[in-house]
Amino acid sequence: MLRFALTRLTLVIPTFIGITLLTFALIRLVPGDPIEVMAGERGVNPERHAQLRAELGLDRPILEQYWDYIRDVLSGDLGASVVTKTPVIEEFAALFPATLELAICAMIFALAIGLPAGIIAGVRRGSIFDHSVMGLSLTGYSMPIFWWAILLILLFSVTLGLTPVSGRISVIYWIEPVTGFMLIDTLLSGEDGAFRSAVSHLILPAIVLGTIPLAVIARMTRSAMLEVLGEDYIRTARAKGLAPLRVIGLHGLRNALIPVITVIGLQVGVLLTGAILTETVFSWPGVGKWILESIHRRDYPTLQGGLLLIASMVILVNLTVDLLYGVINPRIRHGR
Amino acid sequence: MKTFALTCLATTVLGAGIANAQTLVYCSEGSPEGFNASLYTAGTTFDASSKNMFNRLVEFEYGSTNIVPGLAESWDVSDDGLTYTFNLRQGVQFHSTDTFTPTRDFNADDVIHSFERQWLDDNPFHDLSGGNYEYFEGMGMGDLLADIERVDDYTVRFHLNYPEAPFIANLGMDFASIMSLEHAEAMMEAGTPDEIDLRPVGTGPFQLVDYQIDAIIRYAGFDDYWAGAPALEQLIFSITPDASVRYAKLQAGECHIMPYPNPADIADMQANPDITVMEQEGLNVGYLGFNTEREPFTDVRVRQALNMAVNKQAIIEAIFQGAGTAATNPLPPTIWSYNPDVEDYPYDPEAARALLAEAGFPDGFSTNIWAMPVQRPYNPNARRMAEIIQADWAAVGVEAEIVTYEWGEYLNRSKNGEHDTVLLGWTGDNGDPDNFLYVLLGCDAAVDGTNRARWCFEPFNDLLLEAKRTTNVAERTALYEEAQVIFKEEAPWVTIAHSVVFKPMRNEVQGYRIDPFGGHIFYEVSLAE
Repeated sequence: MLRFALTRLTLVIPTFIGITLLTFALIRLVPGDPIEVMAGERGVNPERHAQLRAELGLDRPILEQYWDYIRDVLSGDLGASVVTKTPVIEEFAALFPATLELAICAMIFALAIGLPAGIIAGVRRGSIFDHSVMGLSLTGYSMPIFWWAILLILLFSVTLGLTPVSGRISVIYWIEPVTGFMLIDTLLSGEDGAFRSAVSHLILPAIVLGTIPLAVIARMTRSAMLEVLGEDYIRTARAKGLAPLRVIGLHGLRNALIPVITVIGLQVGVLLTGAILTETVFSWPGVGKWILESIHRRDYPTLQGGLLLIASMVILVNLTVDLLYGVINPRIRHGR
Repeated sequence: MKTFALTCLATTVLGAGIANAQTLVYCSEGSPEGFNASLYTAGTTFDASSKNMFNRLVEFEYGSTNIVPGLAESWDVSDDGLTYTFNLRQGVQFHSTDTFTPTRDFNADDVIHSFERQWLDDNPFHDLSGGNYEYFEGMGMGDLLADIERVDDYTVRFHLNYPEAPFIANLGMDFASIMSLEHAEAMMEAGTPDEIDLRPVGTGPFQLVDYQIDAIIRYAGFDDYWAGAPALEQLIFSITPDASVRYAKLQAGECHIMPYPNPADIADMQANPDITVMEQEGLNVGYLGFNTEREPFTDVRVRQALNMAVNKQAIIEAIFQGAGTAATNPLPPTIWSYNPDVEDYPYDPEAARALLAEAGFPDGFSTNIWAMPVQRPYNPNARRMAEIIQADWAAVGVEAEIVTYEWGEYLNRSKNGEHDTVLLGWTGDNGDPDNFLYVLLGCDAAVDGTNRARWCFEPFNDLLLEAKRTTNVAERTALYEEAQVIFKEEAPWVTIAHSVVFKPMRNEVQGYRIDPFGGHIFYEVSLAE
């Protein structure tokens, strides 16, 4: 097991270097000079232009810039935003709990509906339920997030008045961030109604963000169930006269879950990228919206640092899933 | 975990309304870059800082570009236009923060501090927060100022290197906001210099209470405000970047005012009985500039002919969808000295063809139209606009190729004069006509490039220079009016449009006026009970 874990861990290093290279290169490959963009129609005179380039360190050879960047990253320094002058890590720390809270709720929503729907569709293969689940999940998977979000807002918030339009909590509550998780902070604050307000603000964004993972999980669970249910040991279990629920729950689901767990791990990446759109629509103060804004402002350090941190999170989750997978299924850790 | 999941899925709670009677929620479009306006150039930042938390020596009258006294009660200008003496208002108090309580009122030291920090490299506060004062630099204040003299506690004298009438308007701009010297010194002494710009201390009608990054900004009305406490007890900026969502919040009563609506939503908003939509022409102009250094645009007849060939009304309808008006002058109508008597070229392809023939181009010629890659208030879709102009010109025999570059590249290349004709525009900074005419059409600007037409016409330029030398507004008005006549005859641009700014708000909002500078100002606003 240790050997397996170590192999997996060493794979993280090239991935990490790849990510730093990619984030560093991509934003510099975008044509146009950040200083010209900042100055706009007003323009900036050549001396000032040179001075600003020097201040941002853009006048040095690109390899040198990259080398400095890597050195800083390894020493834990992601730099400071060129706009707000606040350290990138500090802004990330303030915003990440919001993203995480939303992602967790979205995942719970996706699992709560996706798993049972997939199982039932798998068991009742070919039924109307199965066809409906497959059709709906295909729709959910191909739904443009932005459009879906606006649609839900117009229906539930504007027309029916059931949920608030956007934000994390009603402006009447003034919750000082303690953990950064609004659901927890509102409970800690003890303010009447604050928790309810926070929950109501989470519903629509969680549904929107959870839609694609839900579709993927439902489809994956269904096909995994189908595969497992055709195995010999299921037939044996049935022949032994075990109760159908027991056959499906204990023998079927347990084995079908292994590929499903991998897919869930991969969906974490989807959740974090989906957060960019979802957070923008719902004015959710998380890292997705923050990164989008840093692109508009050509805020290199924030963009680089933010992407790196998010990529690290995804790597971490996938590593955990890989290791877990090894724990659940010994064939994997011994397979060469 | 199960209960957590259940709470996430519970769908029972109504969106809470807005509690306090005099709490106004403004759905702002983005996060401020910071709270010290002198460090930044974005309107979003000014709304969150200078417009509501600070004052300047002079202010713009609410809803206009006229200059009125601010922290200076009055001022005198010497006959040579080189010395401005300001008599400061007494009894003006600064805001307090958790870590700072002012011990004295506003005085001359604060004025000198606010300007010297931006101006002098050796000022102890100059390098704070990156030390880039884009607007101070951009408006040429560094070259203009010779000295700032403290005459006494309540008198400050500015000495200039050359006469510059728009100087007084510059002092009304956001970068010229007056900050507390006492606060800066106290924070420096306490070893927390970051606080100076993170929680800046001003004299304005609202004071900053709390900012949660990317989510919400809270202000409280400042009871000791020198011009009287604001009617609003609380002002809240609820940061909402998407325009459709801002509108949804306005409909749901989650905010009272929203900026920058989608043009497509305006008709729906106007039909909504709970919502009032205010509108005004923006302080901007969108134009097509001819490169007058290049053949055949050196010939005024060619420029006039191509003016007549463009169907402006069709552009306004197709591109602006009602959110724009056709421009005649390079100045927007909201600015003083706008000359309403100037007549625009009529849309007349026949006359255009005849004039081209007279200029030696009976069969037309080939050229290019540069189209910006970005949306701007004065031009929401440059590519489409270029296509319409291309078709109009083709009708008079002029073949134009559409060219575009990435935005930074576009600005840079057009500044170097690589275009034949270029679509661009301008949004005013200080409401002074000089800020349009001299910056965009003066001879100096033809050298440094912001004059994209590269048009240097002595009779026109002389009028502008004369208007810089006198501070008498009536005289300046006459000079600028004449300059606009010359501009139209010489036709270095096709003036295309001024955008129309729409401001949707709920009916209970009272006393709001659209700021011609594009800011959002809440001092005189209240909510109907």
